[in-house]
Amino acid sequence: MSSETRKIILDPLVDNNPITLQVLGICSALAVTSQLSTALIMCVALTTVTACSSASISLIRNHIPSSIRIIVQMTIIASLVIVVDQILKAFAYDASKQLSVFVGLIITNCIVMGRAEAYAMKNPPLQSFIDGIGNGLGYSLILIVVAVIREMFGSGKLLGNVVFPLVQDGGWYVPNGLLLLPPSAFFIIGLLIWGIRTLKPVQVEKPDHSIIPTAHGTDVHLEVH
Amino acid sequence: MSRVNEIVSEIMVTGRALYQSFRNKGGPYAKKLLALPNDSLEKTISVALALCVVCAILVSGSAVALKSIQQDNKARDIKKNILSVVGLMQEGVDINQAFSRIEQKIVNLNSGEYDETIDPATYDQRKAAKDPAMNLKIAKGDDIAGIHKRARLAKVYLLRNGDRIEKIVLPVHGYGLWSTLYGFLALEGDGQTVVGINFYDQAETPGLGGEVVNPRWRALWPGKKIYDESGTSVIGLVKGVVDRSKLGSEYKVDGLAGATLTSNGVTNLLRYWTGKQGFSLYLQKIRNQRG
Repeated sequence: MSSETRKIILDPLVDNNPITLQVLGICSALAVTSQLSTALIMCVALTTVTACSSASISLIRNHIPSSIRIIVQMTIIASLVIVVDQILKAFAYDASKQLSVFVGLIITNCIVMGRAEAYAMKNPPLQSFIDGIGNGLGYSLILIVVAVIREMFGSGKLLGNVVFPLVQDGGWYVPNGLLLLPPSAFFIIGLLIWGIRTLKPVQVEKPDHSIIPTAHGTDVHLEVH
Repeated sequence: MSRVNEIVSEIMVTGRALYQSFRNKGGPYAKKLLALPNDSLEKTISVALALCVVCAILVSGSAVALKSIQQDNKARDIKKNILSVVGLMQEGVDINQAFSRIEQKIVNLNSGEYDETIDPATYDQRKAAKDPAMNLKIAKGDDIAGIHKRARLAKVYLLRNGDRIEKIVLPVHGYGLWSTLYGFLALEGDGQTVVGINFYDQAETPGLGGEVVNPRWRALWPGKKIYDESGTSVIGLVKGVVDRSKLGSEYKVDGLAGATLTSNGVTNLLRYWTGKQGFSLYLQKIRNQRG
């Protein structure tokens, strides 16, 4: 594997992660991570769609009229998502029922569109394909970490196998119900972002504006007459 | 890894060859088209059209090719749901074998009698509801479930113990907030006590109305009663939590938090299907036979 390919694949894992650095694709990260099995299927689906859509958009990039650029990208992405959804319905029926609308919502996932617009429009198909895989893996990494934490501490299981026997089944573990609710994914992703940015201070964004300290004696007083 | 490289390079070579042959042999029009500036009107329209055709073929091709597998999955899923609603579904059970204990019958909803002329194995109630020859338009005032029309014949599933009917599974459906909910209501042989409820096809808001499939909520149903002393169907969901100490709590189930419209939908569809338009005559007959 050439060093450039390696860079395209490994960069989005931590250094340029679509979720923790670019903060894209958060919605599905909240929705499908209460169980590891659904998260894994979502990861495969999103990685496939991102890679294939980037490759196909890159193939025709020199002939896409810029006025309908976004529509062309959306059409390709939407078609691929429908195909993936059909395949899931045929070969992973139960999982596709659990994922319900979220597979369809890959269409609106900013990562897919973001890679098409930022990378595939300017680079050859093979690199775009690898870039799609890399970003899909970056998304997958975060999803899997969040799903492992949520399923393990929320229901004491991992991929449906008991890790911590629950109190209601005669074990010792009192599950944390909050982890089964979508907001918990926010907390976990927030903590991950904090952790990564502490380790890699390069990722910390510059503040958009700073607060000017109030000069002494200029406080505003409201007077009521 | 080398195999992957091989496949990728093969795809690339084929793609390039296709592009070249389109350029060379596609006639003067293709050559002219590819040479046009990208933002000219002609090229914009051509690219849009070509893209639509390719995507349409891709989407419809995959839908058609996978249809039979998907239908098998659906049929299996329905069997699984019927088994789970009567409590026969356990880990590792062979679905087809377990389902062979269940007897399928066709009921004429107007008379409440069995219709033996139709083979239950091939009868599709959802299809029949759309067929003008087999359906019935529901008058506006009666249409509390919001379904407009229903099949004249319904398919019910019976679990017998010898001659005695132990459990009856009724297909029910009705409109919630976003979607029509399709499910099964299982009753004891008395045609009055609920064994379970299960929705196999719905698209309500996940986490709110979508909680109709939550096992914890479904566990509230067993033992509830459908009909009051006068024989009217009064089963329904209430806002909040049912107070068990109050009179009539056996007809009430906790509503879904944050999903009033889905909850109302479930109440309405259950009252419709257990009411006069639905299975009330049939269930009456079952009760009478039982004596």
